[in-house]
Order: sequence, then C-alpha cells, then structure tokens
Amino acid sequence: MKKKLLSVMLCITLTASMLVGCSGKPSSNGTTDTTPTKPAETNTDNGSGDAGSADPYATDGTYAIIVKSAGNPYNKKESDGYKQVIEAQGGTCVIQEPESATAEDQITCINNVVSQGVDAIAIAANDTDALEPALKQAMDQGIHVMSLDSAVNANSREVFVNQAGTREIAQTLMDAILDISGGEGNWAILSAASTATNQNAWIDGMKEVMQDSKYSKLNLIGVYYGDDQYQASVDQTAAILTDDPNVKVICAPTTVGIMAAAKVLQDEGLTGKVKLTGLGLPSEMADYIGADDAHSCPYMYLWNPIQLGNLAAYVSIGLVNGVITGAAGETFTVPDTTLGDNGSYTIKEAADGGTEIILGAPFAFTPENIAEWSAVY
Amino acid sequence: MEKKSLWKTITGSREASLVIVLIILCVFIASRNSAFLTPGSIEGLFKNYAVNFVLTCGMMLVLIIGGIDISIGSTLAFSGMTASLVLRDFPETSVPVAFLISIAVGTVCGLLIGAVVAYAKVPPIICTLGAMSVYRGLAYLIAKNEWVSASEFSKAYKAFAQSRYLGFGIINNLVVIVIILIVVFYIVMKWTPIGRKVYAVGSNAEAALVSGIKVTKVKLACYTILGALAGLSGAMFTSLYASSQGNMGEGIEMDVIAACVVGGVSLNGGRGSVIGVFLGTLIISIIGKGLPMIGVSQFWQKAIKGLIILLAVIINVLVQRQMDKAALKRREI
Repeated sequence: MKKKLLSVMLCITLTASMLVGCSGKPSSNGTTDTTPTKPAETNTDNGSGDAGSADPYATDGTYAIIVKSAGNPYNKKESDGYKQVIEAQGGTCVIQEPESATAEDQITCINNVVSQGVDAIAIAANDTDALEPALKQAMDQGIHVMSLDSAVNANSREVFVNQAGTREIAQTLMDAILDISGGEGNWAILSAASTATNQNAWIDGMKEVMQDSKYSKLNLIGVYYGDDQYQASVDQTAAILTDDPNVKVICAPTTVGIMAAAKVLQDEGLTGKVKLTGLGLPSEMADYIGADDAHSCPYMYLWNPIQLGNLAAYVSIGLVNGVITGAAGETFTVPDTTLGDNGSYTIKEAADGGTEIILGAPFAFTPENIAEWSAVY
Repeated sequence: MEKKSLWKTITGSREASLVIVLIILCVFIASRNSAFLTPGSIEGLFKNYAVNFVLTCGMMLVLIIGGIDISIGSTLAFSGMTASLVLRDFPETSVPVAFLISIAVGTVCGLLIGAVVAYAKVPPIICTLGAMSVYRGLAYLIAKNEWVSASEFSKAYKAFAQSRYLGFGIINNLVVIVIILIVVFYIVMKWTPIGRKVYAVGSNAEAALVSGIKVTKVKLACYTILGALAGLSGAMFTSLYASSQGNMGEGIEMDVIAACVVGGVSLNGGRGSVIGVFLGTLIISIIGKGLPMIGVSQFWQKAIKGLIILLAVIINVLVQRQMDKAALKRREI
C-alpha cells in the first residue's frame, strides 16, 4: 500500500514538474510595466528609405521570446530589450522564462507559444539539437524561428543573432589572458555546464587561437565546469588553485563562474598572484574589478544584452514582414542607429552551416568605466 | 579476543562503518593530491558546505518523524533573498538583524508546511513539492527577477562569512554556527524528552499518541525548525557568496537528503543519529570538494558521487541487518 502510494506520488511529482516547467509572462496583459524608454520610436525615420511612408519594421503581430531560464538578470535584460522594440513597433510581445535552464523546459515553452499562435519565436537555446523537433513543427506552421544568444542548429532556425562572433570573443579573451599573464604562464578555464553551447564554442575558439605562436608560452592546464552554480564553481576554483599553485590567470566565460572565482581569489588573498578575466555582468562584478592587487579582475568583457534583445526584435519583425529571409549575403538597416554600423547589418554564413548576424565586438569593462556600467545592467 | 571485540564494535555500529568510508575516501584523495588535507583546504570545505550541515540537521528531524521536505532549497532562496533585499535597500542593517530576518522568513515558510502536513494531513512530499514551487516563485517575485550583487551588500555582511570573530579568531564564523548546531542537536536528540518524542513519533505514531505525545505538535515543530534552519542557511549562503539569486540553492535538497540517508537516517522514520548525519554530510561534501581536486573527469563526477552514495547506503543496510540479527539473538537467549 505504502509502495503504491509512493509510486503514485512520484508520478504526480513528475507530471507536476513538467507542468511548472514553464512560466509564461504575456507582457501584453501587464498594465504597469510597459512604459520603458522607446529608442526605436524616436528613430523610425532613419531606417525607412522613403520618409512618411510605411515603416518596414511596423507590425501588429505577436512575437515570442524564450530565454534560457528565469531569475537571471542577463536573460531579463535580453527579453526587456526584445519587448521594448516589439512594443514600440506596434506588436505584442510574449516572454517565456523556463523554470530551469534545460531543453525540456524550453520545449514546453515552445509548445506554449505555438498554441498561442505567435508570428515569430526568438529563442536562446539551452541545447543545440534537442529543440529541433519542436522548432521544426513551429516552422511548419508558418512561424518564423530565429535564435539569439545561444544558437540552435542550422536546421531549426532561419537566422541566429550572435552577441559577438565566436572567433572575436575567443580572440579578445586570449589577448586579455596574454596581456594579464604578461605573455607567459599557466592558465585555466572555468566554464558553466559541460554541455553549454556557447561556452563550448568559445572554448574551442580559444584553443584554435592559441595555435598562433604569439601564445606559445601560455599553457592551458584544463577546463573546469562549475555548472553555473555557486557551490560547484567555488569547488572548481579551489581545484584549479590546488591542481596548479602556479596558475597565473583564470578565464571564466560565464557570469556565475567569474563571480564565484573572483570571490574565492579575493577571500583567499590570492589576488596578487592569480588574476581573473572572462565574461561577466558589470553590476555583479563591480566589487571585484580594479587595477590594484586588492581586486581579482583587472578587466572583463561582455556585450549589451539589451541591445542584443533590440536587434533580435528587429530581425524577428524583419523576417515576418519579409524585409529579410535570413539568407547569407542579405543586408538590412534597422531604425536604431546605435546598433551595428549606423544600424546596418549583413547576414553572414555561420560556422555551423546556418546564417548569423553579429551584434558587434565584445565590450571591455575596466576599472574606469565599471561604476558607470554597473548601474545599467 | 580483544581484536575480535574491536571488529565487532566496528561491524556492529553504523557510525563506525561511516568513519571507515570517510577514512578510505580521505586517504585516497590525499594520496592523489597532498593539498587536500591542509588546514586551508579543510576550512574551505567546511565553509563551502556549512549550509549543507545546517540543513541536514533539520532534515534529519523531518525524516525521523517519517516526513520529508523537498522545498528547503526554495525556502533558502526566498529567505536569503528577503534578507539580501533588506540589506540592499537599507544598507545600515546590521548583520544579526539580516540573519534574524532570514530566519524569521524561513520559520514562517516551515510553519506553513508543518501546519499543512500535521493538521491537514497532506502527504509531506506533495505538500513540499507545492511549497517548493511557491517559495521559489516568491524568491523571483520579491526580487523582481533581479540579482542582488556583491557591491550592494554591506561590508560587514560580506565579511561575516570570511572572519573568525565568533570562533575566537581560530574558527570561521560559519563553521562555528555548524558546530553549535550539531552540539545542540546531539544533546537534544540524545538526552532530552523532546528528542525521545521525535523518535517515538517516527517509530510508531499511534503508540506515541496513546502514550500522550501530541503527535501533530511534534510534527509542526519539526517542519518549523527545518524552515528556520533553511532561513539561517539563506543568510549564510548570501553572506558567503556575496550574491543573491532567485535560483540559488536549487537542487540542494537532493544533496541534503542523500547526506541523511548515507548517515543512516531511515526514510521510513524512527531511525537516525546526529553523529551519523554529520558523517554523512562530511562524506557528501568531501566527494564534492575532493573529486575535482584529483582530476576526475567532470563527466564522471556525478556518476561517481551517486555510486559512492549507493555504496555507503549498501554498507549501511548490511550493518543494520547485522545489528538487528545480533539484537534478535540476544532476545532469543
């Protein structure tokens, strides 16, 4: 009897966890939070060639953005940026935030928005391939699918809005490591989950860049995975420090990892010996960025997630309105001139066989500008 | 003769078998990486897993009365987030006040669960499954989906987890909290009527009721205490990592329950000791800290962790059977 009860409970647990996997926030119902700045509206004339006539980015459709997971300010900024543009252009925005950063939860989200009858889906993928069936089904129903931040495979998207080219990030990070280490020494990578699409692409890129003789005196001791969790990231940082007491630089291309590593280095008083760089959120890293030995991170990089969301929104609208099809070689100009080269972009071939649009080069956060940026995001 | 009796004490006691597993683990890891058993490394281990030690103490209570609580990670996040937001918006809040706020929120969370389980007689796994989502949702909601970052915490709060003023300059503050808790739990569970009542409710609730124990009150108290400890962990967690995120502590309940089970707490209730639970948590945290240090591939770490847990539980069950047999034999004579 007890066993039966237990198995029933487990079944309920499983079903329940599937059901709560996805929390939708249709922003169109929100009455209070739809008043942010509307950069697009003020700039609409710049983009459209013939003044006064229809804006190619005007829309009355419904657009969905699915981020990696709820409760992460980076994802929040990304979806905020998306929503900002969609609503400024007259559309309706549906934001979906999976409970946890898994492909399963995202599939639930995809099915949700498909049944809501949206015109386009923008997704930051938790898994490159696992979302393919769900996204293909969406595309079969005439929904435009694009990815941003973290790509789905080439078959399941029309175009990918890349926050910064994989190659550019890898190159930038390697140059930072070269500079911080003084040109030689041991260094380690502290990543997120071992399956994270973008982290792995950057790490592979860095390994490629390292082949250049310029970096020959740098020795990568290993890649450590902190799963984007604090406790695990702290353990992995400690493992780096004991594995190689002479390690000079830790490079953490992930927001939780870089924070955990920065904290460990400062708490252990190792900041004079081991330095840190990578990709992090300025507001989270404000305490750890500084040029002196009291701080563990001399400088780090990131792109602007709000702008990433902005661009993704224009691309979504562009796909729906037929301004672009997502094929390589197409050029287009978005109304917001602060994006890209005065708003103009070219769609390029991506390394995975699909096409991509690159937002811009990664932005450096230094002791000089960190105070200003930490207030923004 | 003496040797035999020593062997018997080892095979006859669950704690001793855990100590052996622990020693084997430590020796193995230390032989691969000499930095593992240094004072700095050991302090780091206790600091990083202090939260687990606190939570297992409470979880033990709930498991002994035959319940379970899988919402503690969410309670940790909700209460820790509340304290963090107070610290962010009122930077002059002192450290004890921040801790008390967190504990208070956790206590209320636990009290609600306890009330639903004890009075409404909802199966604890269902009740805490719901609570897990509710509290996690609340943690996101009150923070408006934002994080509280290191620069927004007061200096004193961040310093608390790194200094040793509670431990007379020798022991880290968080570790002091753990030690005090374990000593208190040991005394209460072993030598006071309260402890006996908890075991009585777990072994046979009806008999306990007949003998005059207010079973519902004991249940309510156990869940409330676990809630309070989850609240305490919330403050410890945010102070240690100097960051507060809605998804913090996700999945920690599994590590905590595993630590209890490894430590010999029976999921059917009525059985479990503070020392066993302490050793169980130590084993889980050594696995977490030690495996990365000896260069076990990341992809293997989780599987190995699971295997060690299974192994410890199997040893535990065998020892228990041995003990039961011995007890039965005594009775026959």
